[in-house]
Amino acid sequence: MSVLIFAEQNGGQLAAASRSAVTCGLELAETVDVLITGADCKPVAAEAAALRGVGRVLVAEADHLGAALAENVAPIIQREAQGYLYVLAGANSNGKNIMPRVAAGLGVQQISDIVSVIDGETFIRPIYAGNALARVRSVDSTRVITVRPTAFEPATGTDGSAAIEAVDPGADSGLVEHQGFQLSGGSGPELGSADIVISGGRGVGSAENFALVTRLAERLNAAVGASRAAVDAGYVPNDYQVGQTGKVVAPALYLAVGISGAIQHMAGMRDSRVIAAINNDPEAPIFEVADYGLVQDLMSALEELEGILATTSSPLGKSA
Amino acid sequence: MKVLVGVKRVVDAYVKIRVRGDGSGVDTANAKMSMNPFDEVALEAAVRLQESGVVTEVLAVSVGPASAHEQLRTALAMGATRALHVAADPALEPLAVAHTLQGICDREAPDLVLLGKQAIDDDCNQTGQMLAALQGWAQATSVSGLELDAGGASVTREIDGGLEHLALRLPAVVSVDLRLNDPRHPKLPDIMKAKRAQIETLTLEELGVDPEPRLSVLEVTEPPRREPGVRVSTVGELVERLRNEAGVLS
Repeated sequence: MSVLIFAEQNGGQLAAASRSAVTCGLELAETVDVLITGADCKPVAAEAAALRGVGRVLVAEADHLGAALAENVAPIIQREAQGYLYVLAGANSNGKNIMPRVAAGLGVQQISDIVSVIDGETFIRPIYAGNALARVRSVDSTRVITVRPTAFEPATGTDGSAAIEAVDPGADSGLVEHQGFQLSGGSGPELGSADIVISGGRGVGSAENFALVTRLAERLNAAVGASRAAVDAGYVPNDYQVGQTGKVVAPALYLAVGISGAIQHMAGMRDSRVIAAINNDPEAPIFEVADYGLVQDLMSALEELEGILATTSSPLGKSA
Repeated sequence: MKVLVGVKRVVDAYVKIRVRGDGSGVDTANAKMSMNPFDEVALEAAVRLQESGVVTEVLAVSVGPASAHEQLRTALAMGATRALHVAADPALEPLAVAHTLQGICDREAPDLVLLGKQAIDDDCNQTGQMLAALQGWAQATSVSGLELDAGGASVTREIDGGLEHLALRLPAVVSVDLRLNDPRHPKLPDIMKAKRAQIETLTLEELGVDPEPRLSVLEVTEPPRREPGVRVSTVGELVERLRNEAGVLS
């Protein structure tokens, strides 16, 4: 009983960020236990139970847990945390929302967004938009940690057979009424885990032009990202944003189109394996981190790119 | 209604920070300092609610060094009704900040606490959620839409897959995202007036807060530098290199 992972579901599947948290947990202990909350947890619980290294799967299932409201979920994690040395979750929007509430309930100082485990009490986490890395040691008896998903490979395995146990789902807090989700629902791969990400910035110029970026992404089976400027301008929805305050990605290839490269944006993509940038401004800071830079008018470059790929590539992108 | 807004003094968002060579931290000695941009959005939201008549009092609070008075004066110039400083140097961790704000909530009884969703220095994204936990209040993080009336707060949150709509019972803690609004630049007469305004003070002792950190920062280093890249001259060359040199394109 040393590591508990708060796992979540994403469209009926175990979220990639939760799988990364499991991998991180296995650096701290031989086995980890997984806690799942929701209105219908059975498929996800089975998925978690089959992962390599998972000892037990605890399931709190009730209608009032369907929307993962922090007020309802945090007390369950806090209660189940008793006896564990570590409580981990992926640093995605639910992890960021719920875990500090758990930490405060337990009276401990959370360690946010770790990218590396040094030893049982020492971790590395980025600060200042990733422009510095802090090595921190925690003295708390229970360590509540969120894990940067791109820093840990998602856990795999389908032949495990962890026991699945139901736990008390508690009652609705009555503090919050969930009034609905408005999901962007793109058809491509998930931004956080795609092998190729193509991001557009303010330079793309309009929502119509952005369709060219999206079309290219479809051809390469890539996820579409954006800079804050492109989201603010209304070219794409908020959940496309890559950066310090948006999503953090680390694909095999990050292609930045018309993105100048503010430090807040770079915070979200600087760990990509290969960065390519197309911009018509030769002085754009993005070129300082790009492995390959092309100074050219964006629209002509995108059209040429599409033309070349249409004649010479298979429809599926590949990661090396 | 009364709104409490948290204001943190941080290195300005446009400053390229310098990590000290001895690993002891980030050199902030001569860096331009500003109000945390997320807190600016929170303050702007509170002031707009005040201007619309829903809110009657906006209390700006900063927990930090004496120099945070500068950011509190900015808050007053933007339209905060009162400013309160709690001296804490070195900086507190989020849990201790949440305890500090809890003590202030007990004294001031706000209907709503508005905070930035994270500070751009430590990037923790914790204080609001922690305060809500300590108070047993409703919370909403990463908020990009906010309506307030006596019955409660209706908020829109930015989440991984899009947006989420919630109705919160008051009192509540709301942490805001940048798309909620575009903060105003204070006008010169308001800046001058704020220079003479009274800033209230409380101490951590008065609030019963233990400032002892739970996390010790052992070392701060620069992230690994990327190797300098190359400029390509055509789209064809770019594709060729991504395929054959980098092996990331089929």
